[in-house]
Amino acid sequence: MTPTARAPKPECDIAIIGGGVMGLSIAYQLGKRGVSDVVILERGYLAEGASGRNGGGVRMQWSSEENILLMRESIELCRSFAQDVGINIWLRQGGYLFLARSERERAQMERNIALQNRCGVPTEMISADEARAIVPELNTTGIACAAYNPHDGVVFPWPFLWGYAREAMRSGAELHLFTDVTAIDQASSGFVLHTSKGKLRAKRVLNAAGAWSPAVARLVGVELPNRPHRHEILSTEPLKPFLKPMVSLLSSGLYFSQSMRGEIVTGISVDDVDDGSVKLGARLQFLTKLAREITSVMPRLSEVKVLRQWAGPYDVSPDGHPILGEPENIPGFYLCCGFVGHGFMMAPIIGQIYAEHLVRGTNHEVFRRCRLSRFVEGVTEPEQMILG
Amino acid sequence: MKTIVCRCEDVTLEDIRHTLAAGYATVEEVKRYTGLGTGPCQGKECMLHAARLCAESDPFLGTPFTARPPLAPIALGVLAGEKD
Repeated sequence: MTPTARAPKPECDIAIIGGGVMGLSIAYQLGKRGVSDVVILERGYLAEGASGRNGGGVRMQWSSEENILLMRESIELCRSFAQDVGINIWLRQGGYLFLARSERERAQMERNIALQNRCGVPTEMISADEARAIVPELNTTGIACAAYNPHDGVVFPWPFLWGYAREAMRSGAELHLFTDVTAIDQASSGFVLHTSKGKLRAKRVLNAAGAWSPAVARLVGVELPNRPHRHEILSTEPLKPFLKPMVSLLSSGLYFSQSMRGEIVTGISVDDVDDGSVKLGARLQFLTKLAREITSVMPRLSEVKVLRQWAGPYDVSPDGHPILGEPENIPGFYLCCGFVGHGFMMAPIIGQIYAEHLVRGTNHEVFRRCRLSRFVEGVTEPEQMILG
Repeated sequence: MKTIVCRCEDVTLEDIRHTLAAGYATVEEVKRYTGLGTGPCQGKECMLHAARLCAESDPFLGTPFTARPPLAPIALGVLAGEKD
């Protein structure tokens, strides 16, 4: 998407800050509903933030009913993405295989599977031997049991952005890359955004800036509780297809899958300093920690070479759930952030729900559950199935 | 006749022209859209050529993509300390 030097148009209905998958999915869904007076402001190139840096996992295995149901719908939208948006997202439903090492993890797994089954998701508790039947290269020493849902899968993240951006622009939205928002004034009927390419007056503003969303919210005096967190990941040389599911260890948060290009894409959490800034540097410490963990569970991978490593910014909310809707004191300023590391997989369904909210004022239950004020009210229920 | 720009991933000059025409104008975007520079050499051979092509319309667009570690491919077993 050519970054244009031209300024955004002077006025619009909805200004979306953040041209990642979330902002673009909402813009696409707005366009489908006939709302074309939309300007998207992205600080970098297309896919520069977390949307271009994630592992592309899409799963229904969660610990809360709401997330299970949302992801069941989101994966349905992935299945029809090529027809709906006209681009191949390389969805491969090879399942997600979660491995448990301790009895505590087994108990947690049992609870989650029962809930997932009640929501119509066919996750099964299987033995270590059965896990090895799915992935014969697994070293199951110390593995107590596993959870497997064959309908989970992996996607190629970038085409989501290309497809959503193209369709949003086709329906009339403007997308401005390399455009920073430096200040926001509250006006009598909306907002005035000061950008690095000039001023933009908007009736409504949507903050979909991911890890940068607390800084954006601060421009209107709103303090958000979400914090950026560096999550590192790597990609190996391509191998012929052999690994069916995405595999993840609950104990360490290690996950690995094989992309449609044949690479092993894998990540693990590494401690980091939390100073509120977005850090994207790649560290040797991550490489060695990941290598030790993955070669212990998949010894055959020790010969496989790492081609590149990088980092992406998680947008971590205190309870692992997103922050949606308008803060009580700033009507017209919409939040769509705090998705931790699973915003990408939720973007297809959230785009649809959020566009409905903006166009028709419909209030899906997710807006009540994910309101900003829950943190001061003290009514939060943490999501357990957070990786990394 | 085909001109190969990225030998690791078989990206041709025509692929890059097509990508630029589709509106993916920065070196980072060309990398993602074509796979250029994502093979064993990680762009050591092709990145400069891609940057020059992107810079034709605007020098800013020729900004090189971020080089990713490791400098050369390394086996996971070596990184795990299993072997030298």
